[in-house]
Amino acid sequence: MAVINIRKKEVQVKIVYVGPGRGGKTTNLEYLFGAVRHRIQSDMVSIKTHGDRTLFFDFLPFDLGQIQGYMVKTQLYTVPGQVKYNATRKLVLKGVDGVVFVADSMEVMRDKNIASLENLKENLAFYDLDLYNKFPIVMQYNKRDLAEQGVPILTIETLEQDLNSKLKAPYFEASALSGHNVIATVKKAITMTVVSLQDHFT
Amino acid sequence: MSYILDQEQLDGIEEVLQKDLMDLGLKCVILIDMAGNIIANLDNGQVGHDVYSLAALAAGNFGAVCAMAAIIGEDDFALLFHKGKNENIHFSKVLDDFLLVTIFGNDVSLGYLRLKVDESISKISKIFETTKKV
Repeated sequence: MAVINIRKKEVQVKIVYVGPGRGGKTTNLEYLFGAVRHRIQSDMVSIKTHGDRTLFFDFLPFDLGQIQGYMVKTQLYTVPGQVKYNATRKLVLKGVDGVVFVADSMEVMRDKNIASLENLKENLAFYDLDLYNKFPIVMQYNKRDLAEQGVPILTIETLEQDLNSKLKAPYFEASALSGHNVIATVKKAITMTVVSLQDHFT
Repeated sequence: MSYILDQEQLDGIEEVLQKDLMDLGLKCVILIDMAGNIIANLDNGQVGHDVYSLAALAAGNFGAVCAMAAIIGEDDFALLFHKGKNENIHFSKVLDDFLLVTIFGNDVSLGYLRLKVDESISKISKIFETTKKV
């Protein structure tokens, strides 16, 4: 539920990072926060456990500048990835305008990626949103750098087949830790979300 | 579900927030939706709170408390109050989708504030009735 404030000429857009636990959603936001912190007033908010796992959400707000005379305020959220935290995940997805799906490229995570995408579909359906009907989503295949360290990772073809064969969403090979394609992912997600809002309101 | 609030509605909401609440001596008033978006915010010019983070956390907090309410067989808890040493926060639900957050010091009586919050909510609810849903 984007908020368009005609008086302040302001649009607030909510983009949520979703994916299996320990896949790098928070790391994406931390990298972005490091990149934009010199030009935003807010801090990144994290509600995490003592073990540094996201318990509720991370939150990073920043201004995008103006589009057609409207100030666009983007709000990035992550959700906890662990299966057991579905209630909080559903809560954070309320009012979502766009999603970045952070898939973990490690071979051992293959089933968890698929289960996480299925869970996203169900949670969006709870809010009458259809993941497979023009919903703005970007896929990020994270941890590609692990191949260099000899960790078995899934091929892009396998990830595409598993997660994106029906969605046909744009995808990025990324490493959230080094920042590779982190900014490209968020830029694409913001563009798709804003375009989808324009389509919705015109 | 998306909303468009027009100039007249936003003016009306801000007028209610200013006259009924800010004029009591509150420090900050924020009207948000349950997704954590800010619809209106006013402050006394002396506080510089990060209202966007506050809104996201308030919506999350309210959602978490509603989940607790469901466990004990309640639909929700329509108001929440957090007391600090010098600053206090009061949350109150407006219709099904919005939340009124007020921040105030110990010089404001909680009972009187709750009375005024109730009055403001019925006025704001009337304004929202004409909101265009898209």
